Amino acid sequence: MDLHFQGPEATPDEKAAVDTVLGPPTSAWSGGARNLEEEGRSTLLGGHAARAERHLLLPVLHAVQSRFGWVPPGALDYICRRLTIPPAEAYGVVTFYHLYSATPQPASVAHVCDDIACRIRGAESICLHLERTIGPEGSGGWKRSPCLGRCEQAPAALVLNSGESQVAVSLAPASATEIVAAKSSAEHVPDGFESLRTSIPQFGDKSLRLLGRAGRVDPGDLSAYRRSGGYAALARAFELGPEGVIAEVLSSKLMGRGGAAFPTGRKWEAVAKAPGRPHYVVCNADESEPGTFKDRILLEGDPFAVIEGMTIAGFATGSSRGFLYLRGEYPVAATRVQAALAAARSAGLLGEEILGSGFSFEIELRIGAGAYICGEETALFESIEGKRGEPRNKPPFPVHVGLFGKPTVVNNVETLANVPLILAMGGEKFAGIGTAGSSGPKLFCVSGMVERPGVYEVDFGKTLGDLIAMAGGVAGGRTLRAVLLGGAAGVFVGPDKLSMPLTLEDTRAAGATLGSGVVMAFDDTVDLGDILGRIAAFFRDESCGQCVPCRVGTVRQEELIARLRNGETLGTHQDELALLKEIGQVMRDASICGLGQTAANAIESALVSLDAWPERKESR
Amino acid sequence: MSEQDSLWFKSPPPPHHPPEPPVRKAPEMVAITIDGAEVRIPATATILEACRSVGIDTPTLCFLENLTPVNVCRICVVELAGARTLVPACSRQIEPGMDIRTDSPRVRLARKMVIEFLASSVDLSTAPQALEYARRYGADSTRYGTSRESDTSHDRDTRLPGHHHVPEGIGAETVEQPVKVDNDLYVRDYGKCILCYKCVEACGEDAQNTFAIAVAGRGFDARISTEANVSLPDSACVYCGNCIGVCPTGALMFRSEYEMRQAGIWNESKQTSTDTICSYCGVGCTLTLHVQDNRIVKVTSPIESSVTNGHLCIKGRFGFEYVHGGLDQQADG
Repeated sequence: MDLHFQGPEATPDEKAAVDTVLGPPTSAWSGGARNLEEEGRSTLLGGHAARAERHLLLPVLHAVQSRFGWVPPGALDYICRRLTIPPAEAYGVVTFYHLYSATPQPASVAHVCDDIACRIRGAESICLHLERTIGPEGSGGWKRSPCLGRCEQAPAALVLNSGESQVAVSLAPASATEIVAAKSSAEHVPDGFESLRTSIPQFGDKSLRLLGRAGRVDPGDLSAYRRSGGYAALARAFELGPEGVIAEVLSSKLMGRGGAAFPTGRKWEAVAKAPGRPHYVVCNADESEPGTFKDRILLEGDPFAVIEGMTIAGFATGSSRGFLYLRGEYPVAATRVQAALAAARSAGLLGEEILGSGFSFEIELRIGAGAYICGEETALFESIEGKRGEPRNKPPFPVHVGLFGKPTVVNNVETLANVPLILAMGGEKFAGIGTAGSSGPKLFCVSGMVERPGVYEVDFGKTLGDLIAMAGGVAGGRTLRAVLLGGAAGVFVGPDKLSMPLTLEDTRAAGATLGSGVVMAFDDTVDLGDILGRIAAFFRDESCGQCVPCRVGTVRQEELIARLRNGETLGTHQDELALLKEIGQVMRDASICGLGQTAANAIESALVSLDAWPERKESR
Repeated sequence: MSEQDSLWFKSPPPPHHPPEPPVRKAPEMVAITIDGAEVRIPATATILEACRSVGIDTPTLCFLENLTPVNVCRICVVELAGARTLVPACSRQIEPGMDIRTDSPRVRLARKMVIEFLASSVDLSTAPQALEYARRYGADSTRYGTSRESDTSHDRDTRLPGHHHVPEGIGAETVEQPVKVDNDLYVRDYGKCILCYKCVEACGEDAQNTFAIAVAGRGFDARISTEANVSLPDSACVYCGNCIGVCPTGALMFRSEYEMRQAGIWNESKQTSTDTICSYCGVGCTLTLHVQDNRIVKVTSPIESSVTNGHLCIKGRFGFEYVHGGLDQQADG
């Protein structure tokens, strides 16, 4: 690889920002001063050693982006020199993630969520207000954003002020005045952990297992975590041995909580037995499914539980290194996880020889940069490796060929938070919670038009109606029109499904899905056409663009829905519906990954199970 | 041989047996079913190779024998019994007992839609292979509306990920954009790009190791770009032309061919091709000279050539003008 640089030289400030992550350059090869006498030719860090550091690309881009508000070309060239990355590839990475900018933009940018939950709670009026006071979107330091994961307190906004120390203000519920004020704040102290209570309507309920500590136990206090039973499960794991842990997880019948519901124990077993070395553990905290916020609550409220779960996963699968990949829109979670990792490390619960067991394990926090697709496990690997988040074709599956091409277990945050519970109570007992096909407690993200939106913990088996009743029913006593289950990649169901138990087996039988646990309620005042348009726009924005069915299909789907909404159809209304079905079919059948395969689900389900808007439009 | 010579060189003793090539194990054969017929295929084959070995013509756009399969165009998908989705034939290894259908209604629909999606968003006028697939699968790209007002700005190069204009009216969005002519050797017309990744692979790991171009942007706005979208002369490009060699749609084209097409004098039926060996260095690359009206108009290399695998360098690909020197002198004289 012969790197070619032509851009401007990095300024001292730009170099300093890069060096905060990479340290000063050690040789001319990596952008330092040439000093052959001292270095000698043979000691230059080059070739494989330099390229092996590519996984630092996203962290170093974050450092530059948060310092300057964009990635100047000189800084990018300097990064490429340091990490031996072709500039064209690095530019491809910068332009892939929407929290990076390859062009200059204002030092302060407000990302205003206009996704489903926020748009039915007044996001549009905030946008209109900002348009008037600040200027049109993009030019004046504010942008529309996909779901920011604060749906329970919609509308939400995230203000990012770049500078020597970046200020990230996550606002929910947000108002236009607060957003404008936050744009000029030079420092920000986020609310304490107690504020999580507003997101947990069941707070105080002694029977809560997953949410028991959130909002009650200080997430920055390791000894408080241990006093409340923490790290007993890890000690238990060391008694059981790796095979014993896997046996417990298998007998618990724990299914992955990220959306695909794959048996966790089988995944761990496959990685433990995989011959390639080393093995890796990845915690998927790139929670970006519109309407999902449970993982944020867990990480903000009980980060040690997730870290303990990851450590147990590492022990069971013979891994010594783990990565926690957190979406870039969660600054509070990032701070708390970082602090928790440091606390665990200094207490000897991470690092060499944990608790004198002979087992060593280290966890690194990696922050995403704005890309829904990186929640897809193989896209997430690519992102950690410093590349564009383009999913890989499967097979081979991650348990054989995963992160850095090695056997990798990748689990959702909630899945890992269940692991200490399983070891504490025993797999058999855990399997007894819930139903035969769906074991354990489950978090649901209830949002939309309900009285008390928030994250709810229930044992599997509660019906949709039960859950909405727990949330106080439809807000203002209005009539329920539809419920979106599983997020944008999920399905709409009508009020006729209120008696459906929210279990994996019952939703599957009804042609629905639990997905990531989204339950978003819409009353009869909501314009469903607008919601469907937003979902279509979401997939068009978030498609990585790699495969044709999804790259073009999501565009054609959005155009078709716009035509139906405008009443300007090509051919008859029926022709359009038939075409929509074919578009959905090819995306489902031929796309590389789950994004394309599910991009038509919600829209099709709205046409099938709800008496949806197009008919109403046509009859006008 | 003098005594002094033997100090410097001792010839090896003559072999007792002539050396034999190392024994290669014949690949294991496995049984799979393709379209109802059981066939035995080497275990190392992909589904595409298996289909081709039994004479089933499977369409491909992003696949090329000399590049690593990226399986992004999805036109080669086949139906595999037991699989939830269709699977890409180009990259999927065969496994014993696979039951594959290459022409089921699901497969035909997927292939038709893929080519419709491409035809409705990309100018395929110089992509005969893609047009043939469109005919074969009955693709009708007009179902998505007429293409939206032509975009003559360079807007596509600066679009931001996660943001787009909400569609208005009934037009279908396309990738139409101005042609990039910024050097003497080739022309980049990304309005014809189906984003098959072949040029990126040829520029990078699979052939040239130059990495001058990569995919930038996201989703429908993804595009092939140099760093910060600089012109080719400012980029790392070494003008080997291997990206042109692998481009399936004519999005990348020799400037000579582009200009002849513009002038309406490009005529493939009048062209002959002649294989020769490149005279520039000792590697011995096979060149195929495409000649029209007694002038070389394009140089390629056969993909099956064991020396080049179809790839060349700037000299072999573009350094042919000296051949015309004699002709021009004759004309001048």
